[in-house]
Amino acid sequence: MSDFRIENVSRRQFLQGTAGLTLAFALPASAAPAGPGKAGGEVVGKVNFEPNAFLRIGADGSVTIISKHLEMGQGTYTGLATMLAEELDADWNKVRIEGAPADASRYNNLFWGPAQGTGGSTAMANSWEQMRKAGAAGRFMLVQAAAKRWQVPASEIAVRDGIVSHSKSRRKAGFGELAQAAGEETIPSELTLKHPRDFRLIGKHAPRKDSADKTNGKAIFTQDIQLPGMLVAVVAHPPRFGGKVKSFDAKRALKVKGVVEVVQIDNGVAVLAKDTWSAKKGRDALSVDWDESNAFKLGSEEIFARYRELAQTPGAVAAQQGNVEPAFAAAKTVVSAAYDFPYLAHAAMEPLNCVMRQTADGCEVWNGEQLHTGDQHALAGFFGIQPEQVKIHMLYAGGSFGRRACSKSDYVLEAAQIVKATGGKAPIKLVWLREDDMRAGYYRPAFHHTLEAAIDASGNISGWRHRLVGQSITKGTGFEGMMIKNGVDVTSVEGAANLPYQLPNLLVDLHTPSDIGVPVLWWRSVGSSHTAYSTETFFDQVAQVAGKDPVALRLSLLQKHPRHAGVLKLAAEKAGWGKPLAPLAGMRRGRGVALHESFNSYVAQVAEVSVAADGSLKVDRVVCAVDCGVAINPDNIRSQVEGAIGFALTAMLNGEITLKEGRVEQGNFDTYPLLRIGEMPKVEVYIVPSAEKPTGIGEPGVPPLAPAVANAIAAATGKRITRLPLRTEELRA
Amino acid sequence: MLQLNVNGKLYPLDVEPDTPLLWALRDTLQLTGTKYGCGVAQCGACTVFVDGSPQRACVVPVSAVLGRKITTIEAADGSRVGKAVQAAWRKLDVVQCGYCQSGQIMSAVALLQQNRKPSDADIDAAMAGNLCRCATYVRIRAAIHEAAKQLA
Repeated sequence: MSDFRIENVSRRQFLQGTAGLTLAFALPASAAPAGPGKAGGEVVGKVNFEPNAFLRIGADGSVTIISKHLEMGQGTYTGLATMLAEELDADWNKVRIEGAPADASRYNNLFWGPAQGTGGSTAMANSWEQMRKAGAAGRFMLVQAAAKRWQVPASEIAVRDGIVSHSKSRRKAGFGELAQAAGEETIPSELTLKHPRDFRLIGKHAPRKDSADKTNGKAIFTQDIQLPGMLVAVVAHPPRFGGKVKSFDAKRALKVKGVVEVVQIDNGVAVLAKDTWSAKKGRDALSVDWDESNAFKLGSEEIFARYRELAQTPGAVAAQQGNVEPAFAAAKTVVSAAYDFPYLAHAAMEPLNCVMRQTADGCEVWNGEQLHTGDQHALAGFFGIQPEQVKIHMLYAGGSFGRRACSKSDYVLEAAQIVKATGGKAPIKLVWLREDDMRAGYYRPAFHHTLEAAIDASGNISGWRHRLVGQSITKGTGFEGMMIKNGVDVTSVEGAANLPYQLPNLLVDLHTPSDIGVPVLWWRSVGSSHTAYSTETFFDQVAQVAGKDPVALRLSLLQKHPRHAGVLKLAAEKAGWGKPLAPLAGMRRGRGVALHESFNSYVAQVAEVSVAADGSLKVDRVVCAVDCGVAINPDNIRSQVEGAIGFALTAMLNGEITLKEGRVEQGNFDTYPLLRIGEMPKVEVYIVPSAEKPTGIGEPGVPPLAPAVANAIAAATGKRITRLPLRTEELRA
Repeated sequence: MLQLNVNGKLYPLDVEPDTPLLWALRDTLQLTGTKYGCGVAQCGACTVFVDGSPQRACVVPVSAVLGRKITTIEAADGSRVGKAVQAAWRKLDVVQCGYCQSGQIMSAVALLQQNRKPSDADIDAAMAGNLCRCATYVRIRAAIHEAAKQLA
């Protein structure tokens, strides 16, 4: 495997460490990066000025901003460009964005040490100073060039919307006119960044840069790449995790028109054809005999039964305050609950795929690339070359939600195996059909939680015990050193181990079964996708037992957490917390609240639901307050939160991957349904004004939704949902 | 040789007649704006017009559309409604990952061609077959209303 490692102490500590914010590296114009929409990496127009690795200005005045992060829908390209263009004082209409090549020496994630990649909602946060400094450097050099040309003091020169001007002498020039001269200026070592009151793009409206091409069919995803002589590969995978090919018969497959070759690889048999449909028909015509002697054969029910048994015994301690034992011994009331969370598939609209070819000096990859350095190292190890010999074109990803940042490089290595098995004679497009994508594993891990709270004679929460059971995402990967401490994978307990409520006695512990053969991975909001649910619904239940208002009780325990309290108050106020809901004929209605911090962003949501007599549920409205520091692009924050609410509601209502005797039972959207437009609630998003450094927004909207809805259901029906997804029969009147 | 009429052009086509229109468009004609999402008419990412009516190209064999007029996202701006829908999508920044949006737009155009003033319920019914994993539904609905306003 790869020797790739992520170096950082913890994601939680990144706000303290600014992790070597070096500005820019001089980049020769010839090394221009590839961008989405282009199969090559050609530079459009003449390049006259390239002050650093993130900026290129053409003689025509075009401003090209290079994104080191993947655009998978979360608005990264636009956000990164907003920061750079702000300090450059560029004309937003002339800005275009390109994806950076894989090169961790220039494009590493500053929170991940020497590794390049996109994840953990870090794109804006780690780039906040880097991109602004890159823009400020460009602006400085353009101003210097103008000052020399016009023989005026640089301090008298203004820059606005891509125009450099000197008002006293009434001279002005576009960036393009100054580009060549600016290229001869030296890169400044000291830069002054703008005061926030002078922002013209940050915090204002900078429209998405990918809207045009994503509404006319021109945006290029991996699925759209066509290379001369390229073959499409569709693979027969083993029906159970850990299965192997015993033997196969390709005769019928090879008779399918268009099929060129059939090869065995580690994880199955690949059929190569001139087009996707022929490859699929060929794959369907294969007969494969599987060796399942080492395959994983348990079903979901058996896995949960084992988890429930493990939950009877203490696990590795993830967090401890005070002493819970005496608190429970002295409790007036003990409240308890147990939760089951299923495996979840990412199910991005673009099923996984990867285009790859061998070249004279290495290999070349086209991919919605989320983990550049990890995949470079994995491929280098596989081909016996250096990581730098792996050239990656980062294309738009049609969603990912974490799946394309596979720490084991699963589908990328599968493409490499096919390239190698076919002798590297043709470029390969590996295409996973929907069912292949759904059944390939790397799911959000299934979890079982138990919670207990002690309530003392005064009605206060005197003890809190939380036990979690589930597989580790990072064990055995390059992220292990960063994420696992004292046997506790932080991605298993985040959101539970750092409960914000001030409680005198608390114990959080964890069991990490290592013999479950289902591959698991981060899924949008990672551990918080289950911990927010159990902690926030349980808190609601405790408040009810204690006879306290859930908002008031939370606020009373958040004295040390003003940002948590801030979003909670704002959401409650905007939702009209405490005011009765309008009755709806035949419906039981309720309102529920949840609060959760993830990726250093704070989100509170209030949901309103209507439950019919047959148990069917409609989420009518969700009011959301978010504090993610400086709002770089407020409209994108709203957009991400709207989408996160729909994504989380999908999981709550429908999301479930189940296994029967080791076989995944779902395959397509008929058995793994996604939310449809008619089920989407009305959403209101309120952003807390903040001068704090920007933090994540791609994921933090997800965690509070399901618990807010569950708490609303409890308010409407008195029923507590402890097993997801929701079974509407549990809500029958 | 088979022949397809796509976006007003005739294309010769050397594929098996059972090939779904989706793969003929994408792999053979290299019109890649129409997307593969599920292959079984569950997600709507491959929505195109056949003689003006929306169809899921992943389940329509080429043999069923010979001699018929096919319109894809690449030619969506060929009608006034198509232009208005695209403009509304851009004005409201509907897209996120964008992969399903070709299909969303084609379905929205089909709706507005039939119904110039759709209600929320009309939109929910017409768009129910188009999945968006990014859940851009709030804005899809708003953009359809916006396009309707512009077309009024």
